[in-house]
Amino acid sequence: MADEWEPKILGLVCNWCSYAGADLAGSARTQYPPDIRIVRVMCTGRLDPLFILKAFTDGADGVLVSGCHFGDCHYLEGNYKAAKRMFMLKSLLKNIGLEDKRMRMTFVSASEGAKWATVVQDVINTVKTLGPNPLKELQS
Amino acid sequence: MAEKKAKKTTKKQEAPKMATEKKPAAKPRVGVFICHCGTNIAGSIDIEALQEYAKSLPDVAFADNYQYMCSTPGQNKVIDAIKEHDLNGVVVAACTPRLHEPTFRTASKEGGLNPFRFEMANIREQNSWVHMHDREGATDKAKDAVRIAVAKAALLEDLFPKSVPVEKAAMVVGAGIAGMQAALDLANAGIKTYLVEKEPTIGGRMSQLDKTFPTLDCSQCILTPKMVDVGRAENIELMTYSEVENVEGYIGNFDVTIRKKARGVLTPAEAEAKGIVGGGCNGCGDCDEVCPVIKPNTFEMGMKPRKAIYIQHPQVVPLIYTVDFDTCVKCGLCVEACGDKKAIDLEMQDEFVTVKVGTAILATGYDIFEIEKKDEWGYKKYENVITSLEFERLICASGPTGGHLVRPSDGETPKKIAFLLCAGSRDNTGVGKPYCSRFCCMYSLKHAHQIIEKIPGATPYLFYMDIRSFGKMYEEFYYRIQDEGARFIRGRVANVLEDPVTKNLKVMADDTLLDRPMNLEVDMVVLAAAVQPTRQADPVRKLFGVSCSQDGWLLEAHPKLNPCGTTTAGVYLAGVCQGPKDIPDTVASAEGAASAASIPIHKGEVELEPYFAQCREEICAGCGMCVNLCPYSALALVEKEGRKVMEVTEAKCKGCGTCGGFCPGGAIYMQHFTTPQIVAQIDAFLLGGEE
Repeated sequence: MADEWEPKILGLVCNWCSYAGADLAGSARTQYPPDIRIVRVMCTGRLDPLFILKAFTDGADGVLVSGCHFGDCHYLEGNYKAAKRMFMLKSLLKNIGLEDKRMRMTFVSASEGAKWATVVQDVINTVKTLGPNPLKELQS
Repeated sequence: MAEKKAKKTTKKQEAPKMATEKKPAAKPRVGVFICHCGTNIAGSIDIEALQEYAKSLPDVAFADNYQYMCSTPGQNKVIDAIKEHDLNGVVVAACTPRLHEPTFRTASKEGGLNPFRFEMANIREQNSWVHMHDREGATDKAKDAVRIAVAKAALLEDLFPKSVPVEKAAMVVGAGIAGMQAALDLANAGIKTYLVEKEPTIGGRMSQLDKTFPTLDCSQCILTPKMVDVGRAENIELMTYSEVENVEGYIGNFDVTIRKKARGVLTPAEAEAKGIVGGGCNGCGDCDEVCPVIKPNTFEMGMKPRKAIYIQHPQVVPLIYTVDFDTCVKCGLCVEACGDKKAIDLEMQDEFVTVKVGTAILATGYDIFEIEKKDEWGYKKYENVITSLEFERLICASGPTGGHLVRPSDGETPKKIAFLLCAGSRDNTGVGKPYCSRFCCMYSLKHAHQIIEKIPGATPYLFYMDIRSFGKMYEEFYYRIQDEGARFIRGRVANVLEDPVTKNLKVMADDTLLDRPMNLEVDMVVLAAAVQPTRQADPVRKLFGVSCSQDGWLLEAHPKLNPCGTTTAGVYLAGVCQGPKDIPDTVASAEGAASAASIPIHKGEVELEPYFAQCREEICAGCGMCVNLCPYSALALVEKEGRKVMEVTEAKCKGCGTCGGFCPGGAIYMQHFTTPQIVAQIDAFLLGGEE
């Protein structure tokens, strides 16, 4: 169908690993669907959970947070701290009745271009199964 | 947002630092420049439509496009437009900021703008290249990317990098040929260099080799003088039998703590410091003779014994014995034998020293892949199957057999020897390594030559996939070995079986050129085993904040444009730790790394990106949560005007923003990644598009 619903997915990624991994997917010309928009931060540790809540209230259908592998963080442990916050955020989302699967944290290194493409594809598939963000209906 | 009210009472030195002190924000006037990158971008994205769209955005004062924005005319467009259109923000939609952010920051600066008022929209690596067949989707995504970048550019502020002095000293980790060359270059450039090596001697893998291809120079003959140079160099402080324990700081100012493992033996200098006149180890070996403990010598691949007090081989640098405390029974015979030199101290403990260096080079080298995992070739199962490194020791005049190649099973001289190339390399089964180990073809050719030369009537059989003889005079060497009578069979060996009586080996393969199966009985099998990063590379790279590829090789900042650098400023790579390299390439890479590592040192100061955390003291509640979150101890609570507030030491702050992501009151202001900037980007994406 021509006007199949395309989800709006926000990617919040760290500069050193996942952003570089996404660049590598590009250099390798690994194809994936264009449903994600990237906002770069230096480290996932920078991510205030409020940013993700803001994205959902703005109508994002999914949010992907992606950083370095544990033990590989450019800033030693920012990704651990981010993971902890995202874990708590997920349980909050569940409790307020928003599917927590809309939010995902992954770890993609600078050398994992192919993995980045798979992760994005995965997130898109998951979000497509869930359908549009229910908050959007409330707002309209 | 509360941050807009930010006000700071503390005085600031030279440069205005943040929102607080900026003049009343001028209305944003952003210029957008779209790059075609030939057809790299223009092939998948409608540039005209993107430019029209950019022009329609509220904060955009000017939009333009060009074939190659990074070219001189492209950069001039930015420089001229800033002046002509009085721009206070620049967005270039092109490749990744990881490639050209510095380029366009410089251009913005030349146009008279603070370089940190530049923002990049990545429409190549993360768009046109990954959506090559979806022009509409790619163009829509590019519009969003530009809108998101403009939203950030409109809120960017003038920032000023912080200059810090660079310690005039460097560290090299690993003293194989790469580390030695890098250390010599640095030392010759007048830089104090700490050379750290985990083994008791320098020299690394190269010192285990017999000859080097394609010149057939004796490895030790060309290496030993270099080892001696390193040992004597005034500017090199050699730290053998030592490991990196901890790294703190940043480019220009690394504090590296080294564990000097207890070697149980005093050097003459150490002895003198203890008041033992004329004492210390002189390498006489009297201790070695009396020591009752016998262990395999790892330098000889376990094929020769050593004592609990030992040197690995006669050419060691420094020539100091080492006590292996894991096996020493502390009988004290060596202490007696040492006599008046009083060099041996069996109660010695590990010592820790911290040194300050400006830059560091990692040269941690390689290990041999555990080839027994490929059990079809029978390594460690059949005695006469050996690895090429064991072959090197057996054929080497200083090796366990005095250079006589013998079969481990019976000591007989082998006549028919099979060499299995790509043993564990170019292996997609998941057991071996997917990459080419790059130097096995050449050393196997060398081995073939050595057999023909040393053993009359002997025939080497090389089972290969492709012979990769890509270096200078390498192909010529290949022809030479062909002419000398080596036999080449293009086919991967499926199986090696042992005759239990004769201990001969049956090698089964497909000869893919003649298209027929082969079953060859040989006296010995040599596996040209794959190489892999050393076990110690991983902890060391983590201490220095260096990434690795999936195979564990340390990752360079950019494979073409910055092959010696890493993503951690001030840390560089040399030699095989980065990926398989032969000796010429290793030495070249080491010289490159040394040159790169000397630049900040000779410059004397470096600029740190001003992505510092700032505390908005009027909001800060002094809870101190951030203090513990900071991995660099850059934050502290201080008493100001009768209450506690957080204070940042900018030189320690690396700008990760972990404090800013957590501050419950929103009192931490992360320069260049402020909350209003990030929220503006999110809003621009989700609320800013055409409905």
